Amino acid sequence: MSDYNFAYLDEQTKRMIRRAILKGLAVPGYQVPFASREMPMPYGWGTGGVQVSAATLTPEDRFKVIDQGADDTTNAVSIRKFFERTAGVEVTEETEAATIIQTRHRIPEAPLSEDQILVYQVPIPEPLRFLEPRETETRKMHSLEEYGLMHVKLYEDISQHGAIATAYAYPVKVEGRYVMDPSPIPKFDNPKLADCPAIQLFGAGREQRIYALPPYSDVVSLDFEDHPFEASKADHPCDLCGARDSYLDEVITDDRGGRMFVCSDTDYCRTRQAQGHLGAQLAAKQEGAA
Amino acid sequence: MQSEALEGGFPDAPVDAARAFRAAMNAMARPGRIETLAGAVPPAPLSAAAGALILTLCDPETPMHLAGGLDVAGVRDWITFHTGAPLVGPAEAVFAVGQWADLQPLDGYRIGTSEYPDRSATLIVEMPELAPQGAVLTGPGIKESTRLSLPDVAAMRRNAALFPLGIDFFLTSQDRVAALPRSTRVEDN
Amino acid sequence: MYVAVKGGERAIDNAHAWLAEERRGDPTVPELSVAQIREQMALAVNRVMTEGSLYDPDLAALAIKQARGDLIEAIFLIRAYRTTLPRFGSSVPVKTAEMACERRISATFKDAPGGQVLGPTFDYTHRLLDFKLAAEGETPTAPEGEARREPTPHITGFLNREGLIQTEDESGETPPDLTREPMELPAARALRLQALTRGDEGFVLGLAYSTQRGYARNHAFVGELRIGTVAVEMDIPELGFAIEIGEITVTECESVNQFKGSKTEPPQFTRGYGLVFGQTERKAISMALVDRALRWKELGEDDQGAPAQDEEFVLMHCDNIQATGFLEHIKLPHYVDFQSELELVRKLRRAAGAEEVKEAAQ
Repeated sequence: MSDYNFAYLDEQTKRMIRRAILKGLAVPGYQVPFASREMPMPYGWGTGGVQVSAATLTPEDRFKVIDQGADDTTNAVSIRKFFERTAGVEVTEETEAATIIQTRHRIPEAPLSEDQILVYQVPIPEPLRFLEPRETETRKMHSLEEYGLMHVKLYEDISQHGAIATAYAYPVKVEGRYVMDPSPIPKFDNPKLADCPAIQLFGAGREQRIYALPPYSDVVSLDFEDHPFEASKADHPCDLCGARDSYLDEVITDDRGGRMFVCSDTDYCRTRQAQGHLGAQLAAKQEGAA
Repeated sequence: MQSEALEGGFPDAPVDAARAFRAAMNAMARPGRIETLAGAVPPAPLSAAAGALILTLCDPETPMHLAGGLDVAGVRDWITFHTGAPLVGPAEAVFAVGQWADLQPLDGYRIGTSEYPDRSATLIVEMPELAPQGAVLTGPGIKESTRLSLPDVAAMRRNAALFPLGIDFFLTSQDRVAALPRSTRVEDN
Repeated sequence: MYVAVKGGERAIDNAHAWLAEERRGDPTVPELSVAQIREQMALAVNRVMTEGSLYDPDLAALAIKQARGDLIEAIFLIRAYRTTLPRFGSSVPVKTAEMACERRISATFKDAPGGQVLGPTFDYTHRLLDFKLAAEGETPTAPEGEARREPTPHITGFLNREGLIQTEDESGETPPDLTREPMELPAARALRLQALTRGDEGFVLGLAYSTQRGYARNHAFVGELRIGTVAVEMDIPELGFAIEIGEITVTECESVNQFKGSKTEPPQFTRGYGLVFGQTERKAISMALVDRALRWKELGEDDQGAPAQDEEFVLMHCDNIQATGFLEHIKLPHYVDFQSELELVRKLRRAAGAEEVKEAAQ
């Protein structure tokens, strides 16, 4: 790999991506087209996030990669290794120690700081795509700020199910102008998008789009007065660390209906356990061992 | 071409450009915040910060406009040698660099289209100095409000009123840079 | 007790080691060389070069070997390699009229200057398994003819002379580069042709077939199919003229299509165009048909709502590297999103259950 440039991409490609990032920051929530390159990993596996990270990394950075909130999922491991090798950056699993965090599907639980950059991997950047498959049409809708179709869709959910039936990739409106796809994060994470001290960058490689949220941006999840947005999660504490404020994965433990709930953010859970917080199942296990 | 045109580039381009971009991105993401931009040694009268921005962002794909006193052989040769950016008039420019008065009128630059607001010019304004005082800035990237010495508050307000269209500004002075994207709301102090 | 899955890195390393072992297969069977693949799997090599957008038979053969014969995987390897290559410049357009043809056929004329040259084709082979090939050691030879010295004229040129086929004027514009600029719709024909050349052979074939069966039928004949070598020339600014830097084999297809004419134009034939690396004629013909179908707007035809007429549908879905990546990514973990849906469905069901209880009580 040593034959490749710092952070893999050639300088001209990085410049092109950097220009797109700056325009994205200048027009928060607007999807900037960019000439996404073919990366040595498949489309759909984080090529957008990887290109944004590659254009953003400096040798001084500490880089963290999570997938589903976890540092040890195979794709997170693979992307982390890629940058260790091509950019020689230090890597970390600690949210607070990281300067750039590349993520797929989650926002870390620990509050982010001004010195951090969160890079999202985005599969379908267009929030209107599932209502209107044509790019030529959705581009017009954004330009005219014509978001009625989205409200109609959400309202149809309410009339059919009594609630908005979107659980992840829940659309938001940025600075009162652009409707934006926050990437497939659970809607539990949506409130963390707003007023965030960190820079948030979104990269969609296959769809060739970059967009951004500057720090402290105004980000509102779409809803209705009589059906306000609700950030929901499993109604349990974490069985390992006891956290009540974190997003939980449900893990099936046997074939007799046994299950447990654990933090999806592995660093958050580990940190809490190290601080002495104990969840019900971990406590029971330790008691059993004693 | 003078030999000085060949000098003053980034000594280690991939790494120097990465660091310079971080400063530029921080500036654009946090309007009003003053960052340090080092690494480039451009010919006078171009500032070190403007030089670093140009080396980081410009190449043969980005037509550039050199306004007024910057449109001199030394600067032209340096930019051509280090970036290959074609030198053009304001209307075709993706980047323009110069002193505020020389960059006028602002309506000569591209402000993007309603479908592609990103297709707008970025102006690098060479300032005598940059200070966290003067006009009050609010908007995305700014926690509550901040202050920045702006060359012309009324012009910036007119530009912000075009949002989501409009020009984005980097303000440079020596090795310092701040930014004012079109999304920033500007008030007199 | 549940323990979070760890050791992702070791799992990946082990998977790669196993993959390498499987790639080699039974070690008692001699290993394939890249040269063997290049020479004896030439049509696979051609497809990888075409859809990988890189003319390098050795690298394409290496990619096929590394990909265990999965051509899409091989195309992916070539594409990922190609993006890292520096660009020294662009060639001038290849002159297919000056092609040294190995094969050249026309379906629209019984004979024409330059003749019908079958060349090395499967066309009239009877598809009977040749068990002799299972034995080794055969080195077949073919009879040799006299090479044609003068260029072979394009068939459509004869129609052109009578004004019977729409002329395609050279615009002189530099075409956009699909690999360096984001796709913007509506796309100019040059961009569409690039996308189709890089497009998946199966996808383009399916679309072309659909036009034949009536989904935007355009009555195509193979006006001409030619396969052979052309010179690649590059302008050298220091010299002030173009010099030949090499030779490549390409397949070119021009379809001749019926056209009813319009209020302003008398009836005339029109054409579709296909150009691909190597001998890849199924792809070239398919491409010509789809190109023709996509031209409905500029030719003043009706939008029949057929898939092959839908530029956005065709261009956004013809790339097999994009398609396979996104398709296969659904095997990555999605349990966070699934969990959020699980909670939502449970909640909606609880609400529906409570509603039923309330109704029953009334």
